[in-house]
Amino acid sequence: MTVMTLGGAINAGLRAALAGDEKVMLMGEDIGALGGVYRITDKLQAEFGPRRVVDTPLAEAGILGTAVGLAFRGYRPVVEIQFDGFIYPAFDQIVSQVSRMHARTEGAVTLPITIRVPFGGGIGSAEHHSESPEAYFAHTPGLRVISPSTPQDAFTMIQQAIACSDPVLFFEPKRRYHVKGEVDIDRPLADAAPMGGAHVVVPGTDVTLVAYGPLVATARDAATAALAEGVSIEVVDLRSLAPLDLETLAASVQKTGRLVITHEASGAGGLGAEVAASITERCFEYLEHAPVRVTGFGVPYPPAKLERHYLPDLDRIMDGVDRALGRFGSETAVLGSEVTR
Amino acid sequence: MADQNPESGSTEPGSPAASSPEQDAATRADTAPAIADDETAARLLNAAGERVPNAELEPWASELDAEAIGGLYRDMVVVRRLDAEGIALQRQGQLGLWPPLLGQEAAQIGSARALRADDFVFSSYREMAVAWVRGARPEGLTRAWRGISASGWDPFTVNMAPMQVIIGAQSLHATGYALGIQNDGADAVAVAYFGDGATSEGDVNEAMVFAASFQAPVIFFCQNNHWAISEPVGLQAHRAISDRAPGFGIPSMRVDGNDVLAVFAAMRSALDRARNGGGPTFIEAVTYRMGPHTTADDPTRYRDPAELELWAGRDPIRRVEALLRGMGAFTPEFEQQVADAADTAAAELRAVTIALKDPAPLSVFDHVYAEPHTALEREREQYRVYLEQFEPPEGAVQAADDAESTSADNGGAR
Ligand SMILES: Cc1ncc(C[n+]2csc(CCOP(=O)(O)OP(=O)(O)O)c2C)c(N)n1
Repeated sequence: MTVMTLGGAINAGLRAALAGDEKVMLMGEDIGALGGVYRITDKLQAEFGPRRVVDTPLAEAGILGTAVGLAFRGYRPVVEIQFDGFIYPAFDQIVSQVSRMHARTEGAVTLPITIRVPFGGGIGSAEHHSESPEAYFAHTPGLRVISPSTPQDAFTMIQQAIACSDPVLFFEPKRRYHVKGEVDIDRPLADAAPMGGAHVVVPGTDVTLVAYGPLVATARDAATAALAEGVSIEVVDLRSLAPLDLETLAASVQKTGRLVITHEASGAGGLGAEVAASITERCFEYLEHAPVRVTGFGVPYPPAKLERHYLPDLDRIMDGVDRALGRFGSETAVLGSEVTR
Repeated sequence: MADQNPESGSTEPGSPAASSPEQDAATRADTAPAIADDETAARLLNAAGERVPNAELEPWASELDAEAIGGLYRDMVVVRRLDAEGIALQRQGQLGLWPPLLGQEAAQIGSARALRADDFVFSSYREMAVAWVRGARPEGLTRAWRGISASGWDPFTVNMAPMQVIIGAQSLHATGYALGIQNDGADAVAVAYFGDGATSEGDVNEAMVFAASFQAPVIFFCQNNHWAISEPVGLQAHRAISDRAPGFGIPSMRVDGNDVLAVFAAMRSALDRARNGGGPTFIEAVTYRMGPHTTADDPTRYRDPAELELWAGRDPIRRVEALLRGMGAFTPEFEQQVADAADTAAAELRAVTIALKDPAPLSVFDHVYAEPHTALEREREQYRVYLEQFEPPEGAVQAADDAESTSADNGGAR
């Protein structure tokens, strides 16, 4: 076991993937000499050379589009999108091309492209640097979408993503890059839990609290705080956003009878809606209360001085838990006093 | 990238285990030759501050008498000082981030001073000097970097769109604005400011297609400051960036971006062409970003100090000072006036920035839609009820916010 930061674990995972398969190559803006703006690719260009760790021109559609061609040629491109908000220039290539090439060619072509996206807020950053665009991609058939929350998962899941024959969006919780944890760097990938599975990270009996990426740590804190109030929260780390591990989620909700889902992205059409609907379909008779969502608001990600209001924090998650338990909270405002217009 | 050969295996034999920034720069230079010299750029004033002849630019600079040149000098000194103040405010926790323009004063001042009030500017995040010239109030320069707003000024009072963070997007907006001017039969001009890196983005290339197709009165003003964060200009372009526009059917000019006279003249000639139905122009102002990309950047990881030294010798302000001295216009009184103007502007920037209040919590819901939106109203109401659960009430929360606002956090934004 080695203690590493989450960011360091991704670096180590990338290094292992580069060393293990000469067809793996990294591409992105500033990933070479600079080592990426977050240093996630630190020293990899020096180690593997500028043809395997490639500083690309400043063009996101170009990065994803050329990755498609490289994959046709047998490469496994791992591309870095510098920040969440800069993935949109590449959106067309990802949803129109990357996602459906396998289907279009009736299985003849695989595109094992990994798209690394540092995402989410809470770092006091400038406009377009704190977005949570994962739902756009989870909505698109042909793409896999995953997000680690611990250094161990970051190390394992980045390698699983690169080894996967499908395109994978790998959403990195950038505000947790510096979180430290133990990583078993020697355990063979084959022994690791599958990439698509959710994990129960805190067992509990009263409420199921679902989170992923940056909010798993906050959800754990909520479980600790709730315990002091005599409420037992079971925290499930989704890990995979597409596909969803509905078996693990359903098993938890069948036990607790209550479901709260939290994410930073705005609620409308988000992952929370998908989880709530899927679980309601499967577990309707087990539910003691309608599923509750605690999400970012339906506003553009706000300037730094307002982000603490936008982001679900421990208090807002606890408020959601209260609502799921049918207790006070802001429930009246959600279900009562309807605004009519 | 150019000659990837999957057959050969792609590990570089004997690639160094670790390397210095200089070695890295050398490696990159193999695949992407940089155009680091400014020899082919047109100028009216050389690095020593001597006037040099240029028949093409000369006529457009004829209005620049000693007083006007003094004005350009003053502007450059003031914005350099404001820029230094921006950095200081960031270091002191008053701003989350600041993108320095040190070295690019002539490119920004020369181009912006050539504009008319009814021209309209679409810029990126580094054009603080342009915003200053357009008349943005001091707090307009810092509000976004303090993290209280996404924009700084009212676009229609200064005829300048809010700064753009998405690289290159504004070039299309400028082109569209220019199409509107054209439809209206007006003779104003739209200007897009962007960097050398931006020229790789699809948006900039698509903007040039539209501008050429419709002969839009738009000027593409590229500040080639040689670096896109850590990437040298040679990675974006194998030829001078100004060579690209003619392929789209757009005439271009490559001027010394550290020569305020040349930049002013180039802009004047492009504006004249656009106003008279001559369509778009692309100007490449060859300059250099002397500081980091932003206050969160560490250029020592990728930049050769010798390059910095070379460009320090081409300082845009010192050469105008030398010119003014030669003209007998750099009097002690003038020097004092300029210093006072810079001091006053910097003190005002500091004072208004520190006085900026944090926005009220519920303002997070403001201005998302121009017309009422029921889903958002519901969310606002829920959050209002939620906040009410907490003691103390709103007023005290605001006071706490104010106390907190003295420590803007910087979380690695670029
Ligand atoms: C679409 C997009 N991709 C990436 C970024 C991140 N980024 C911010 S500035 C920058 C470099 C821009 O270089 P250049 O266009 O030369 O302008 P300069 O900063 O040198 O003025 C990058 C890559 C961004 N803001 N937008």
